Amino acid sequence: MIQNIPLSYYLVISTLMFFIGIYGFLTRRNLITMLMSVELILNSVNINFVAFNRYLYPQQLQGHFFMLIVIAVAAAEAAVAIAIIINIYRNFKSIDVENVDEMKY
Amino acid sequence: MADYTYTLLIPLIPLFVFVLLGLTGHKMKPVVSGLIGTSGLGISAILAYATAFKYFWTGHAAGTAYTSIKAFEVSWLHLTDKLTIHLGALIDPISVMMLVVITTVSLMVHIYSIGYMKGDPGFYRFFSFLSLFSFSMLGLILATNIFQMYIFWELVGVSSFLLIGYYYEKPSAVAASKKAFIVTRFADLGFLIGILMLSFNTGTFDFQTLTDPHGPAIASVGGAAFMGMSVLTWSLIFIFVGGAGKSAMFPFHIWLPDAMEGPTPVYALAAPDALHVVAWVGGFSSIFAAVIACTQTDIKRVLAFSTMSQIGYMMLALGVSGFGGEDGLGFMASNFHLFTHAMFKALLFLGAGAVIHAVHSNEITDMGGLRKHLPITHITFLIACLTIAGIPPFSGFFSKDEILAAAFHSNKFLFAIEYIVAGLTAFYMFRLYYGIFWGKNTHYHHTPHEAPRVMTIPLMILAFGSIFAGFLPFHNLVTSDGKGFESHIDWMIAIPSVLIGVIGIVIATIMYKKPTAIPDKMAGTFRNLYKWAHRKFYMDEVYLYVTRKIIFRYISVPIAWFDRHIVDGTMNGIAGMTVWAAFAVKGLQSGKLQQYAFVFVGGTVVLVLIFVYLV
Repeated sequence: MIQNIPLSYYLVISTLMFFIGIYGFLTRRNLITMLMSVELILNSVNINFVAFNRYLYPQQLQGHFFMLIVIAVAAAEAAVAIAIIINIYRNFKSIDVENVDEMKY
Repeated sequence: MADYTYTLLIPLIPLFVFVLLGLTGHKMKPVVSGLIGTSGLGISAILAYATAFKYFWTGHAAGTAYTSIKAFEVSWLHLTDKLTIHLGALIDPISVMMLVVITTVSLMVHIYSIGYMKGDPGFYRFFSFLSLFSFSMLGLILATNIFQMYIFWELVGVSSFLLIGYYYEKPSAVAASKKAFIVTRFADLGFLIGILMLSFNTGTFDFQTLTDPHGPAIASVGGAAFMGMSVLTWSLIFIFVGGAGKSAMFPFHIWLPDAMEGPTPVYALAAPDALHVVAWVGGFSSIFAAVIACTQTDIKRVLAFSTMSQIGYMMLALGVSGFGGEDGLGFMASNFHLFTHAMFKALLFLGAGAVIHAVHSNEITDMGGLRKHLPITHITFLIACLTIAGIPPFSGFFSKDEILAAAFHSNKFLFAIEYIVAGLTAFYMFRLYYGIFWGKNTHYHHTPHEAPRVMTIPLMILAFGSIFAGFLPFHNLVTSDGKGFESHIDWMIAIPSVLIGVIGIVIATIMYKKPTAIPDKMAGTFRNLYKWAHRKFYMDEVYLYVTRKIIFRYISVPIAWFDRHIVDGTMNGIAGMTVWAAFAVKGLQSGKLQQYAFVFVGGTVVLVLIFVYLV
């Protein structure tokens, strides 16, 4: 059954997720939401890895392993990002990205 | 071959004293620092006397030639195997003689300065500079090679700069020290070029190799020609320029009279610093300076021009000298005169210092009738004047006679100049003498008093030296090739020279012993000559004109413009461009995270589009 779904379906889904993530990252002002958008981008990439692995090299597992590595890195990155956000909140009493523009000329 | 390593201590003790006083002198009592300086120099002087005694008498077999001995040498700067600069001490008749002269005069100056500089806030500073000066002079004369000589030459320049500018709160002293420094710098450039040419062509700095007339060094440069003269001649001319600058020969003389801003005893030390050749420059300088000296009213200036004139005398003698035996008469005479001149000129400068100390003025017009107030200074000054005038049996007579004899045997015209200068010397020295000690009875604000004992004792010792130095058998000691020769006074030359000296003295006596109208009348009759001589033949003005009007206007001003507008302009332009560009692009760094991300995404999209559709 699953063999009947063509590769392009997966790719369309992942592309949609990727650009939704980009859109969210560029437009949302809340840092937590931006972090969630980044997770969307990462997961769209994961879908690509798994889908290509399944359709191009069904006998091998590199794509799956790479997906696992990306998830692990994403978890670590999320931990760091949240720590940064907490510190920003402590300093600015807000997690609005518009307020965090001290690092300029 | 005796061991002379200890001569190294002669310059090193003053160096040690200089460092000690320079670093810790401000914490000492003035008397202590003066005593340290003086006793250091005293030890040096004793060592120098011991060296001289050993070299000339006990350590020397009678009838043999004096050899030059390298007492000590280290390789100081090893550049390549062929180019190595050594430092060391060379003992030969001249350096031993100069050791005695310099340590003696310097010791007298030290003792004298304890009195002269009393109460001066920079007492210790003066003594440390004096020690530095002594160190440089001693290192200079002991040099084993021409490069070491150059090093100490520069040190002499530095220490004279320091001493002339000693009263650094006086603008004129600062200006004079700068003038001395800059003028001698130009001359030193000539010296350096000469050294480099000579050593480049001979491949050595060493004196013993260089001065061997039959050695390979001279032969190798004699042949190489440059612009019609041999390289040897060129390099010696350059070295002479250096020597002329340091000893204030024409045309480098302008710094010396101005240098009178410094404390007086310094000049007693600076006087015997002449070394090199060329009779004509010497002869011209001697008469030029003698004429100027007749018209000056500042007593230190008179003495300065007199020094210049006497050094010209010595130069002349060197210039007419040959090498070896009787031909080396001029060489011997020059050194002999240097020796006696060092004594009596030091005496004159120290005597002048005592007079200035008593009257608080340098101007001869402020003095007169001082013989009653300063008896010791008066007598010693008179002795020095008789010596410089060449009256027997004072030492100046003997050394001057040798110079005249040397000139007589080579060039009759120079010989005539010598006679004229001898007369002028007697005249201006006695003009000075009568102006200070006789003449009108000036009223002083407070009665001048004789200088303290520490100042008069050196005067007496030097007067003793001036009287008796002439009896030394110089022609057996210091000769061009180390062998002694027979010399006797040639009465055919000596009697006219004494007569000329006496005539000079008599004229001065008539004109200046009592206040008369003759000097003014003379000045009126020869108004132009007098005016020219009084203004030192406008040499200062010529130098000023050349520097201000020619060098400053046509060289310095365009260079300054180029520096200010082209060099600085380029640099300012680069800096301005950077600032402008920074302002232009700084808006890009807004600090807004999402703006950065947008640009990043947009850039990526553009790149993807390019790679997909265009490549």
